[in-house]
Amino acid sequence: MNHYNPFKTVSFSMRKSLMAACLGSILSFGGASQAQEPVRIAFMDPLSGTFASIGNSGLKILEFAADYLYNSRGGILGGRMIEIVSLDNKQSPNETQLQFRRAVSEGIQIIFQGNSSAVASTLSQTISRHNRRNPGQEVLQLNYAAVDPILTEENCSFWHFRFDAHANMKLNVLTDYIAQNPEIKKMYIIGQDYSFGQVVSDTSIALLKQKRPDIEIVGNEFHPIGQVKDFTPYVTKIVSSGADAVITGNFGADMVSLARSIIDSGLDIPIYTFYAAYDGITATLGEDGKDRIRLIHNEYANPVPTEERREFNRAFKAANPNNDVTQPRIVNALQMLVTAMEQSQSTDPYDLAIALEDMRFTTLSGEEVWMRADDHQIFQGLHVSVHTDEGIEFDGDNSGFGLFTEYNVPADETIVETSCQMTRPRR
Amino acid sequence: MTLLRKSSIWIVFVVALFGLPQIFDSILAISILNQMAIAIVFALSYNMLLGQGGMLSFGHAVYFGLGGFLSVHALILIEFETMVFSILWIPLIGGLFGLLAGIFIGSFSTRKAGTVFAMISLGMGELIAASSLIFSSFFGGEAGISGDRTFGPLFFGFDFAQNIEIYYLAAVWVFIATLFMYLFTQTPAGRMANAVRDNPERAEFIGYSARKVRFISFCAAGLFAGIAGGLFALNYEFITEENLNAATSGRVLLMAYIGGLGYFIGPIIGAVVLTLMNSLLSNYSELWMLYLGIMFLLTVMFLPRGFAGFIMMHQMAWVRGNMKMLVKPYIVTGIPALLFAVCVIVLIEMSHSDEETFHFLGMTLEPSSSITWIVLIAIAGAAFYAVRRSRAQLLDAWETANAAPKEEQS
Amino acid sequence: MLEVLIFATLNGLVTGFLLFMLASGLTLIFSMMGVLNFAHASFYMLGAYFAYSLSLYFGFWTGLIFAPLIVGVLGALVERYGLRKVHQSGHVAELVFTFGLAFLIEEAVQFFWGRDTKNYQTPEILDFPLFTLLGQEFSAYRGFMMAISIGIFIALYYVLTKSRVGIIIQAAITHPQTVANLGHNVPLIFMGVFGVGTALAGVAGVIAGPVLTTFPGMAAVLGSIVFVIVVIGGLGSLAGAFIASLLIGLLQSYAIASDVGMPDLLDLLGLSFARDHPLNDLWTINLPQIAPVLPFLLLVLVLIFRPTGLLGKREE
Repeated sequence: MNHYNPFKTVSFSMRKSLMAACLGSILSFGGASQAQEPVRIAFMDPLSGTFASIGNSGLKILEFAADYLYNSRGGILGGRMIEIVSLDNKQSPNETQLQFRRAVSEGIQIIFQGNSSAVASTLSQTISRHNRRNPGQEVLQLNYAAVDPILTEENCSFWHFRFDAHANMKLNVLTDYIAQNPEIKKMYIIGQDYSFGQVVSDTSIALLKQKRPDIEIVGNEFHPIGQVKDFTPYVTKIVSSGADAVITGNFGADMVSLARSIIDSGLDIPIYTFYAAYDGITATLGEDGKDRIRLIHNEYANPVPTEERREFNRAFKAANPNNDVTQPRIVNALQMLVTAMEQSQSTDPYDLAIALEDMRFTTLSGEEVWMRADDHQIFQGLHVSVHTDEGIEFDGDNSGFGLFTEYNVPADETIVETSCQMTRPRR
Repeated sequence: MTLLRKSSIWIVFVVALFGLPQIFDSILAISILNQMAIAIVFALSYNMLLGQGGMLSFGHAVYFGLGGFLSVHALILIEFETMVFSILWIPLIGGLFGLLAGIFIGSFSTRKAGTVFAMISLGMGELIAASSLIFSSFFGGEAGISGDRTFGPLFFGFDFAQNIEIYYLAAVWVFIATLFMYLFTQTPAGRMANAVRDNPERAEFIGYSARKVRFISFCAAGLFAGIAGGLFALNYEFITEENLNAATSGRVLLMAYIGGLGYFIGPIIGAVVLTLMNSLLSNYSELWMLYLGIMFLLTVMFLPRGFAGFIMMHQMAWVRGNMKMLVKPYIVTGIPALLFAVCVIVLIEMSHSDEETFHFLGMTLEPSSSITWIVLIAIAGAAFYAVRRSRAQLLDAWETANAAPKEEQS
Repeated sequence: MLEVLIFATLNGLVTGFLLFMLASGLTLIFSMMGVLNFAHASFYMLGAYFAYSLSLYFGFWTGLIFAPLIVGVLGALVERYGLRKVHQSGHVAELVFTFGLAFLIEEAVQFFWGRDTKNYQTPEILDFPLFTLLGQEFSAYRGFMMAISIGIFIALYYVLTKSRVGIIIQAAITHPQTVANLGHNVPLIFMGVFGVGTALAGVAGVIAGPVLTTFPGMAAVLGSIVFVIVVIGGLGSLAGAFIASLLIGLLQSYAIASDVGMPDLLDLLGLSFARDHPLNDLWTINLPQIAPVLPFLLLVLVLIFRPTGLLGKREE
């Protein structure tokens, strides 16, 4: 790792340049452009407030990947550096608008965004409108985590690319896995009362009916996001329904509280989840959650598939001892973006979008992923992993616990049809 | 003379409204100006309740949000040609809906002022915010609803696709709304609102129903909050539950209070300052909310009448031409105060940062060495001591500057 | 169905008692200073975080004793150096001050402890099921939570009605001038009451932290509910707060446990609506879904029909 020189000051130099850019843009001083101008990429996610830990860990991964994979090796496009500009949208659609205008004001044309499907869809609408009204100043949205299917279905956009499997794809695999377990006869579904929670509920009911008609849905509960003090009353209902398993799309504190309440009530049933790991959750679940919590995700968990991936993770850990590579798909998105830049020898969003369409790319995990041109949805292998401390090479929250993969589905089996009718801008 | 002075203030206001985008014309600056325009109307409407009517509301965002939601629905109707009219009138639609909501909620919440009113506003705010998530066909769930402002008949060839065009439209509305809110304070209803705030019993004795007076102020506040919501809808072309929840209600309270409740201009100052902080500060430090909280508490403690009150404290000195007397004491106290603030900020940022070196104002500090910390704490301590010592002199100077000249006293 | 009812009652009582620990301090502070402390739930959160940090080094029980003390001292300092100063500018300023304080404490907690969920665990000695009823466990820790809350209620009641200090406090609430003339230090009493009130919130935080998750949003989740309780119970009435706490705790618990909703009501009335009816959201609503807003509905109704609250006397 000696060749690697961590750009320790990147975030601060970034802040300063942002300050200068900000003042410059307000006073409209045009800066003279240099020959080797950096390629500027915005990372727009919550960096303050309740959801900040998720956003900050994503930012660390993107900054690290840019330095480690490109900047420390001479940059991209013949020597240009990648500069990550962090924009704090506080996971609020309103704030996203303001930050989007800031990005446009600074001439940034590529935006990484992931947290909250609500934010992703308002951003996607805003970008489509902006690009239509301001030809020549287009912006590209790289969505690395918002999984509401609608983003690549009815509301799909030429300027939006998704690097995570959407909720229906994930549920398809998860229900396959559940269907293999003959002991499960009664399923309880509980989720946050908003679009993603409802997608999880509707889809899993439909899929289970199809795959295992004998499984009875004994509960389908919605609770308000982030307002439940105590999940015990819900758990009482789960217990009395006689459920053998629970499916939930909860995230953040709602996920932890729900799992803790289930564990505390002495109910020993598997919990199938989307977001029950990292950023404090793994440590909090600890021993109590062992072998009970299962997670559906893409990319990899333990065991680590390739030496390259292992090396990347170790280098990341060395630079950020308190963080984990929670979302390796951010790295994939960056790598695919750079590949598109090199292929098209351009940083123009239109050229990049054309280059990204139908791209096949081999990730650090040695897996070939495919970006479908019809709806800009990525396809790659999906996995179900269990929360445990056995066989864990890379743990979460330095707790010794982590995810161990139990079930794999290759990329070509995850492909689903799309209803996307994309309007393509003409050049 | 006073008429001239008063109208000169309004002329300055108009020049500022329409001149600022000429100087600050980047996309970011226009975006911030748009936010300010919306915040000014919203904060002024809040002041009609708290500042002028003495009603502390924790749910004022309801009228802003409902107005905004109806405005976006109107945009959608225009887009699908169910209705045909220019988007110029959208804020009016928002305002009318805000007024309707104000009439409905005001009919039972304005019976009492004080804590009862505050608690009803809190409860109604929470109820409506929560039901907006449940009734997703109207409110669109947590993603909200979105429209497109470029449809409908053109206005002299403008389709309002660009934000700058919307800004000029908003500026016109801000001017109209501000003017009417100011005129409201001059009407008997506005005057009585002050009387009821200060002493409801007395107001009743001279024949005014305190409840009716409160109700009128409340409805008017709803109307203008709705107009602000309509401006929001035009600017962002979407609206979410966020715009009617408690956080937005809290923010408008903050704006009005920091600006200064007792003055008509106070909320305008508060709206401008908070918008600037919100959009600029958040990019330099992820701890900006912490600083905002500290600033808010300090304002409540030391400037109970807000920024506007602080400025007005110097009115007498200004009139008497004694401002010169204050310059030196302000510098003597101000420099150590600034130094203290800077040291504290550096200390806070340094303890939060996990970088090995820390750059600040061109200096490079090393958080790992304890000398850095000791020196900073020592400077902060010395600066604090200097502020304490010089504060008395500043107060003295202020007293003398504001005191009437000797001849008049005798 | 029986076990659902029993456990719903138990859960409701646990929540209710917990809420009372917060509400008692809040209502005491209100009756004394006439100020509704918006930051009260923030002291509850501070209790949980201090106890978490202490428990890392000295175990849970040290946290249980010392965390509330630290919170109480902090509360007293806030009263002495913050509220007392703001008091001169009137009630609105005081309310706004506590409002800002709540905001600041949330930010400070994130600054010192970070934004993620803290791994604050129940002590091992209480990590067993107290009893198992019809296949469901009731954990010993929940029993312990109830015991502590009831203990505090009794102690508080005894101190306020029987002890000399309590009598002085009660007198200071209604006749501060007279009490001051009798030679008691009224500002000191105020500071003490504020400290004790916040310390009670701290106790609630310490015991609730492990089960309700220790995270920076925990104050916001409870904050407005506690307010609602104090207002419904009647401002300044301890007994009212007690009744309202249990009422809200049980109400929410039963609402979640129930499985009824608008569809059932419509069935009963023999009505039905198509799925594309404009009010479809209304026709499909069910009780568990709206459980968290029930307290606010109750609040508005109580204030409209009985502005003094259930047992309140003070008319403003």
